[in-house]
Amino acid sequence: MKTQQWLKDNTYHHSDFPSLESLVKEKEKQNLSISLCIPALNEEETIGKEIVLLKSELMTRHSLLDELAVIDSGSTDRTCEVARSFGADVYLSSDILPEEGEKKGKGENLWKAIYELEGDIILYLDADIKNIHPKFAYGLLAPLILRPEVKYVKAFYDRPLILSGGTRPSGGGRVTEILVRPLFSLFFPPLTVFVQPLSGEYAVRREVLEQIAFPVGYGVETSHLIDVLQLYGLEAFAQVDLDQRVHRNQETRALGKMAFGILKTFLQRLRMHGLIDELPETGDVLHQFQSTGTEYEQIEHDLSESVEERPPMLEIQSYREKFGRD
Amino acid sequence: MNQKLSDIIGSLDRYKSAAKSVKDILLSNLVMLGEVPAPTFSERPRVEVVQQLLSSSGLHNCSLDDMDNGVAVLPGSEGKKNLLLVAHADTMFSEKVDHTISLYTNEATGPGVADNSLGVALLATLPQLLEELNMELRDNLMLLTPTRGLGRGNLEGLRFFLKHNKKPLSAGICVEGAQLGRLSFSCIGMLRGEVRCSVPEEYDWTKFGATNAIVSLNEVINKILEISLPTRPRTKIVFGRIEGGTSVNSVPTTANLQFEVRSESARMIETVAQQIDALIMEISSNCGADIQWEVLARRKPTGIPFQHPLVTVATEIMKALEVEPRIAPSTSELSVVLGHHIPAVTLGVTQVEKLNKPEESAHIEPMFTGIAQFIAILKAIDEGICDENTAMA
Repeated sequence: MKTQQWLKDNTYHHSDFPSLESLVKEKEKQNLSISLCIPALNEEETIGKEIVLLKSELMTRHSLLDELAVIDSGSTDRTCEVARSFGADVYLSSDILPEEGEKKGKGENLWKAIYELEGDIILYLDADIKNIHPKFAYGLLAPLILRPEVKYVKAFYDRPLILSGGTRPSGGGRVTEILVRPLFSLFFPPLTVFVQPLSGEYAVRREVLEQIAFPVGYGVETSHLIDVLQLYGLEAFAQVDLDQRVHRNQETRALGKMAFGILKTFLQRLRMHGLIDELPETGDVLHQFQSTGTEYEQIEHDLSESVEERPPMLEIQSYREKFGRD
Repeated sequence: MNQKLSDIIGSLDRYKSAAKSVKDILLSNLVMLGEVPAPTFSERPRVEVVQQLLSSSGLHNCSLDDMDNGVAVLPGSEGKKNLLLVAHADTMFSEKVDHTISLYTNEATGPGVADNSLGVALLATLPQLLEELNMELRDNLMLLTPTRGLGRGNLEGLRFFLKHNKKPLSAGICVEGAQLGRLSFSCIGMLRGEVRCSVPEEYDWTKFGATNAIVSLNEVINKILEISLPTRPRTKIVFGRIEGGTSVNSVPTTANLQFEVRSESARMIETVAQQIDALIMEISSNCGADIQWEVLARRKPTGIPFQHPLVTVATEIMKALEVEPRIAPSTSELSVVLGHHIPAVTLGVTQVEKLNKPEESAHIEPMFTGIAQFIAILKAIDEGICDENTAMA
């Protein structure tokens, strides 16, 4: 599919869709069930609002969501208490599939949600969205409800604006622009259609989620795009403009860790798909600097756990039994 | 006690339970509309959200008038009378302030979350609340979110609405997020004014007179404080806001003071206003500074008596909910409603901390009591037991 045609056919604005009532009708007609998963770690400031808003609008007023769950990585603040008080199902990531062990990272929570939640579609929304609005959910779900061939819907936020002097290039984050987009351009050109490939908000059909591996740490969004592209092609994707997303700005040093995890995942995919021969073994240690006065010190971050991957859920016996996949 | 009132008081627990049942919708409405900035004169985006919420709840008559007031009608089963429910749409925070609202287990925080986002959210949630209670009122409810209420707004939105409204209104309730227990049924007279002092940039400092604008304003304050105020009718002057100067080492060329004169007597307010006018002219001519003052807002003293059935019923209901009524005169929307000879009260919804600060915090649990109180008084009005002419029957 040509890039421009894909952008025309598969890129939406959240206001493009029919009313919530008709979405719910269509969902019921197809007998679809939808679960919302909010992976969380110390998000007491924003999680209450996110749950209240989505639950009241998309479960109470309109039956778009069938399940609303928080998968917590072991918060030390009041995240779980707040989430429960507003009616979310709260699960500790470590309590899900305990026989598979416990790893720390957002990808771990997303992976375990596939086992714990029941929906035919799982919608993932980050817990730190300050300007949460129901459109974040129904905007991402609408293409899946309305178009059976679409399997994976990704959010983006900054629409390119046409200004008097021309156009403003649409902004991904810093890691997107200086790492991910150049890598996609070199190795997976079709994936350059995504305005924000690293956005943490997406809705996916279960049949897709159970077939793909999940990096435990930062690489999960990148690996999803590559793996789904390989499995189904670009036609399976759609992306939706949700206008604006207000979230915390990350420090540059934290972005270094993110970039490291993404690059590691990326290299694994290159090897997996035979795109680079004789790629050497890579380490799991990120080197950064810190200074005290005129003293400079090199800090080593061992990221071995965060660059680990969980296998496709279909390979897990308990999952196959629970969802009758044998 | 009137049997109907007794029945209503007997239903308070049910009202409270219903309020808890719609907690999610109330808080969701609070967030959705409370995060839309609504400084006085720029309330339209927030009012539009309110109207969308009411419209999606099945109300057909939702609109904005020429002053951007939000107006919606919830038709009653008989529709012979019209009750006015008012929650002012504006807040004192500008668009530049981060309007993010956070929800914790028992509190909602953010700028304007209580004053008056919560009041507006309660109006927006009323259809669901009545549905949860399976309560159909006989009278029409007019849900009004007026604009231009605060400060220089001078209640213009509500004045405009009442001036052009064609439907007779039999009673009114003004809803404020803060504070639970508030019961206002009278309004003191008020004059809100601003004094502006300025000295020329190229002032001749060798000339006798003002050295700077702040000193001149200080002179004004001292003179106002010398005005003799009577104990009866009760009268006072409140200096609410002052600003002037730019930096510690610059001579200030401008200084402003905002103040209110409050009194039980309209005549006394006029007397004080004349005195302020005279003393400002005197100081201005003596010190060489340019001192002007203008009236920003006025209210006439008005009210319904303590014995009015609307007040006594409200008091009974609050006491039954173990809420101690805090009776305080108002200078807000209530004055305009009462000024149109519509019996009305102002009620608060919950306990609030850090009122009118960016970190304003509204407690969630007391909201259910506040809402039960509101529903009970609404029901009492609808049953006719707050009507002066029929209450004794």
